[in-house]
Amino acid sequence: MSKLSTWARFKKAPIDNPVKTMIITVLICFVASLFVTFSAIQLRPVQKTNTLNDKRKNILQVAGIYEEGKTIDEMFKNVEARVVDIRTGEYTTSVNSDYNEITGAKDPETSRALTKQEDIASIRRQSFYKVIYLVKDSSGEFNKIILPIHGYGLWSTLYGFVAIGTDANTIYALKFYSHAETPGLGGEVDNPNWRAQWQGKNLFDDNGKVAIEVVKTGASGKYQIDALSGATITSTGVNNLVRFWVGKNGFGKFLKTTKEQGIQ
Amino acid sequence: MAKTKDIIFDPLVDNNPITLQVLGICSALAVTSSVTTALIMSISVTLVTGFSSFFIASIRNFIPSSVRIIIQMVIIASLVIIVDQVLKAYAFNASKTLSVFVGLIITNCIVMGRAEGFAMKNPPITSFLDGLGNGAGYSLILIMLAITRELFGAGKLMGFEIFKTVNNGGWYIPNGLLLLPPSAFFLIGLIIWAFRTWKPAQVETPVFKIRSSDGGSH
Repeated sequence: MSKLSTWARFKKAPIDNPVKTMIITVLICFVASLFVTFSAIQLRPVQKTNTLNDKRKNILQVAGIYEEGKTIDEMFKNVEARVVDIRTGEYTTSVNSDYNEITGAKDPETSRALTKQEDIASIRRQSFYKVIYLVKDSSGEFNKIILPIHGYGLWSTLYGFVAIGTDANTIYALKFYSHAETPGLGGEVDNPNWRAQWQGKNLFDDNGKVAIEVVKTGASGKYQIDALSGATITSTGVNNLVRFWVGKNGFGKFLKTTKEQGIQ
Repeated sequence: MAKTKDIIFDPLVDNNPITLQVLGICSALAVTSSVTTALIMSISVTLVTGFSSFFIASIRNFIPSSVRIIIQMVIIASLVIIVDQVLKAYAFNASKTLSVFVGLIITNCIVMGRAEGFAMKNPPITSFLDGLGNGAGYSLILIMLAITRELFGAGKLMGFEIFKTVNNGGWYIPNGLLLLPPSAFFLIGLIIWAFRTWKPAQVETPVFKIRSSDGGSH
């Protein structure tokens, strides 16, 4: 009996011997995990490029210069990324333009917690640095500013961009690239007809106060947007997040400077 | 030789996983509103079914019967994760549209059904072909559904306009119901009806007979 090696005893044991069962299960799980790990690591660079290009595509779409058939890199030549420090409203080079704001917002070095009163967009923490995009027209002049915005709707955080003109006041377009609101109700934030309402509306009134708002019904004038029907909470969320990001805790200072001095 | 042919072609009509075995209905409702997503889902499920059957059949004699389902799941889940990763890398837009449904291939009853019902008792190559055949049977129904739903629901096929819809200044009023998941239920029902009329052998024998009202034996 003792002459049998461990391997021989293992082989001789019945298939449903508890120890053998454990060993085989662990072994299969280990081999399977190797395959999964290998594929995940091998494909990560390609996936990262895809995610980056998807973000760039959204920037190009909100800027209204996306064309089918051209490469993203080619179209993105007219877009310049800059980093704004929202505490001062000035451009900064403390971080470069591939700065990840989502991880940055978790780092106490580069972010702060918002107080309850300030946090109308329900984002809890806010990064000091925001990557914005300046769009040039064909003659090389800046003609649009694209600001990243985000905030909570009904089920999810909506991430998007708002494109505004050089007067730092007129909205050109608003687009969310990531959200998980109810399809058909809150999900209609993607609806081109609803998004078209934003074009030409103004962010600030004549006194420089934030005036843009999403109203339940009967939007009129240059500051009001009709809410989505059947999606009150999502609409309120969009209202709050837009007002937050253009307000004094968001890009307020930057927009004020830009309005007075033009795009630097 | 004839047997190999049967293993591949039987699941297309005679033993179709959706229409005869009524498995995999959940994803057949969810991903068939456009032909492109249905095609990608079909390819993914066919590959996963084929390869999971292959690997499970290869190690079938070493799988302890008390944990066999868990081991099958480990193999299937690993393959699905790999498919998901590949889609994210090389078919990014499609993987965004399919989102959670790629991951849900893990719970697709067809994959589990073939693993437990066939691959545990047959050699690897036969099991691989059986997996591919069943995947193809699933794909056939998915693509039939997707063509009907996209063409009549949106007037398009694979994103190209076939019928010009009223919204774009054409004549076709799209049938919005076809874009909603329940419409696939009606369509699958119609396909099952058609298949069973064509091949009466597929009609199941009733579990019990309802007596006729005149009291007779038939």
